[in-house]
Amino acid sequence: MSSQIQLRSVVEPTGFLRKYIFSTNHKVVGLQYFSLSLFAVVTGMALSWLMRIHVAWSGARILGLEHMSATGAPGGVMTPEYYLSLMTLHGTIMIFFVLTLAPQNAFGNYFLPLQIGAEETAFPFVNMLSFWTTLAAFLVLLATLFVKDGPPISGWTAYPPMSAVGKDAGPGLGTGQNLWILSIGIFCIASIASSVNFMVTFIDMRSKGMWLLRLPLTCWAWFITAILSLLSFAVLLAAVVLLFLDRTAGTSFFLPANLLVSGKIEPHSGGSPLLWQHLFWFFGHPEVYITILPGFGIVSHVLACFSRKPILGYRLILGCMLAIGFLSFVVWGHHMFVSGMSPFSGFLFSIPTIIISLPATITTLLWLSTLWGGKLQFNTAMMFCLGFISTFVAGGLGGILLAHPAVDSYLHATYFVVGHLHMVMGVSAIFAIFAAIYFWYPKMFGRMLSERLGLIHFGLTFLGVYCIFMPMHLLGFSGNPRRYAMLSDDFLLPLIPLHKFITVAALITGAVQLIFLFNLFWSMYKGRPASENPWNATSLEWSTSSPPPNRNFVEQPIVNHGAYEYGQTGLVRDFVMQSDPENLKVTE
Amino acid sequence: MRLPPGKIFAVLLVCISLTFVGLVVSRQWWMPPPAASHAPALDRLILWALIDVGVAFVLAHLLLALLLWKFHARSTQTHLTGAARIAVIVSVLFISLELFSAATLGRSAWGSMFSESSGSHVVKAQVMGQQFAYYFRYPGADGKFGPIHVDKIDASVGNYFGLDRKNDATSKDDVVSAMLILPVNQPIELVLSSQDVIHSFYVRELRVQQDMVPGMQIAMRFTATKIGKYEIACTQLCGLGHYRMRAYLEVVSDPDFQKWMQVHEH
Repeated sequence: MSSQIQLRSVVEPTGFLRKYIFSTNHKVVGLQYFSLSLFAVVTGMALSWLMRIHVAWSGARILGLEHMSATGAPGGVMTPEYYLSLMTLHGTIMIFFVLTLAPQNAFGNYFLPLQIGAEETAFPFVNMLSFWTTLAAFLVLLATLFVKDGPPISGWTAYPPMSAVGKDAGPGLGTGQNLWILSIGIFCIASIASSVNFMVTFIDMRSKGMWLLRLPLTCWAWFITAILSLLSFAVLLAAVVLLFLDRTAGTSFFLPANLLVSGKIEPHSGGSPLLWQHLFWFFGHPEVYITILPGFGIVSHVLACFSRKPILGYRLILGCMLAIGFLSFVVWGHHMFVSGMSPFSGFLFSIPTIIISLPATITTLLWLSTLWGGKLQFNTAMMFCLGFISTFVAGGLGGILLAHPAVDSYLHATYFVVGHLHMVMGVSAIFAIFAAIYFWYPKMFGRMLSERLGLIHFGLTFLGVYCIFMPMHLLGFSGNPRRYAMLSDDFLLPLIPLHKFITVAALITGAVQLIFLFNLFWSMYKGRPASENPWNATSLEWSTSSPPPNRNFVEQPIVNHGAYEYGQTGLVRDFVMQSDPENLKVTE
Repeated sequence: MRLPPGKIFAVLLVCISLTFVGLVVSRQWWMPPPAASHAPALDRLILWALIDVGVAFVLAHLLLALLLWKFHARSTQTHLTGAARIAVIVSVLFISLELFSAATLGRSAWGSMFSESSGSHVVKAQVMGQQFAYYFRYPGADGKFGPIHVDKIDASVGNYFGLDRKNDATSKDDVVSAMLILPVNQPIELVLSSQDVIHSFYVRELRVQQDMVPGMQIAMRFTATKIGKYEIACTQLCGLGHYRMRAYLEVVSDPDFQKWMQVHEH
């Protein structure tokens, strides 16, 4: 179905506020989400530098930190509780405000309508509201830095009873935890609204001829991710509401009887801490696929373009993405193998956890098959896709190791898990975002990014992330627990040199990102002007100007071809665009 | 001369993957030698799983490097027939291998960590976590743990378990300790719980890890096979002192254990 019911007014918005601030145009909303996640990632990275310096050189005086928090870092020396506060913020900001937003809400908002040949999303007003609601959530989260006891120390996972009993259990667990809950709740609402918008847009607003199997894989990825978002964020919303009630209304969803916290007997009874874990991870596992699935779409899409070959196994990759989406809802117990959950359940969860790597493996091999025999163009967008493949393989294989409950009983809550989660989320998903930026920048800003700076950025970053996160797997084998503010156990002291190596690598890799930031902003004004289709790509966004006009297309595009008709012979050019006429002549 | 990014990256991929595998194989950062009866089976599983994923890691990177070395913008385009089928078959084989090891080695390793000892003589102890210390309790001669009275818990007088030794008969002979002493080569049952927030009990050499959850009494069963002193570390974020929450486990000979119990029993 591709009905194009134009019920909205086509009067263009005037005035600065309606055009650029409270705009309902999906491209503006996409760029707003992009700006928010850019600010968030810089903030999250800065937090990680503070954390890494403290772990490797505990007791170090960090210049100026006492101004960030007088109690958290007296004299510039971080306290253990402040370390945990920064760690909580780091995880929360990165997972929610970078990895959930950038691949889906930033690029999805900008390019889903374009790629399906639509003028706008289905609910532009809701779309605009969802951005501003997300921004509100971010500001509430940042506010935790300025309240008396600082941000919560319970991690982005916020396990009760610690997160439910208030400040008796530790600093930041009073107001800070309440604000964290509020921020997440607001984020959930925005996310749910946005996913409905995406789903309806995908189903209902495709242009004439844009059959489902002609859609670029990016569109499918955004659609499947939106479904995952809708279902999982709804559960998280419920969970944080219950947590808030336990904290403020005397309920006991997560709190058992006879809790003795800091000498005080808590007046709750009948609840289960494990219930939170089930609810949280029922959200938490699909969430990590929300962060990676758009990346699958982007990598498939960009790889085909720069191999000058159709993506090999379009329907198979689509099936794999659907399988990953479905299976992501039945594996959450693998976060709970040693939680006290029945070991039988643990074993049951490990089976789909291993099986979910089947579609991921097939997809990876199909990408490699697409590269085989291609006329590979090694520009920066392509390099980040190749980097994605490498780092996703590395991170994913670590996950297979953790999927065995018996193995997890040794590696759980060690740096092995930290290395694994960062390789897949902190590296692969970010690489997909970089690939998207380098690929779509000309379309969004009408200018080209510097390829020289891009390749330098890629090379140093790739080397850097391997130096940061692969050694963490080694720390894990040594049994180094995670979330330790300081390394004081006997068996941890010999590991400090490796921690120092990781920290230095992290600081250098962080500094390298300045090259990217410079390129990003400088090219907006000084970059080479971009043509309509600088990459000779096939999808519909490349058939309109760079940047696109307000209503995206001068004429509604009629689609006659699939999304990956590269490598065509017998034509003047080696590709057929989706909106090209049905029978393209040689003399065209 | 323009440096070919594809070829440079191919070399980088090979170097990185071999370096990392080399570091793992060198065992410079590795698990400590096993000290529990279920540990060799667990270590075997880890080894097999590592070989499986290690081979996949290296092969994937070598293949990717080969593709980037061989093909570039001026290559003659070729198509791989049957590639999709090969991709599916290879993937199914790899995952089947993992599933097989999970259902065999994995299931027995995991199961052995929970199976009850058939022998009648199991040494029992209770472990209680509290921000930020572990406390241990033995049932004493009567073999029963006395009831815990939360309102009587007072660390300042050493009543970590809130025992009412005057009025509860089963509490009279309970042995409370800040250090966990266990006999070697005897089946052990530890019952884990927590007073305030979720903690965890992790001993690397014994290959045991179990969360300690308030409101739950979770049994952990193992047999220690090497005499020695081991560190118990907390691995579940429990507050500002999480990094320094630790205790020591001493595995001693059976006679030494009996001697210790006799000295500490009331």
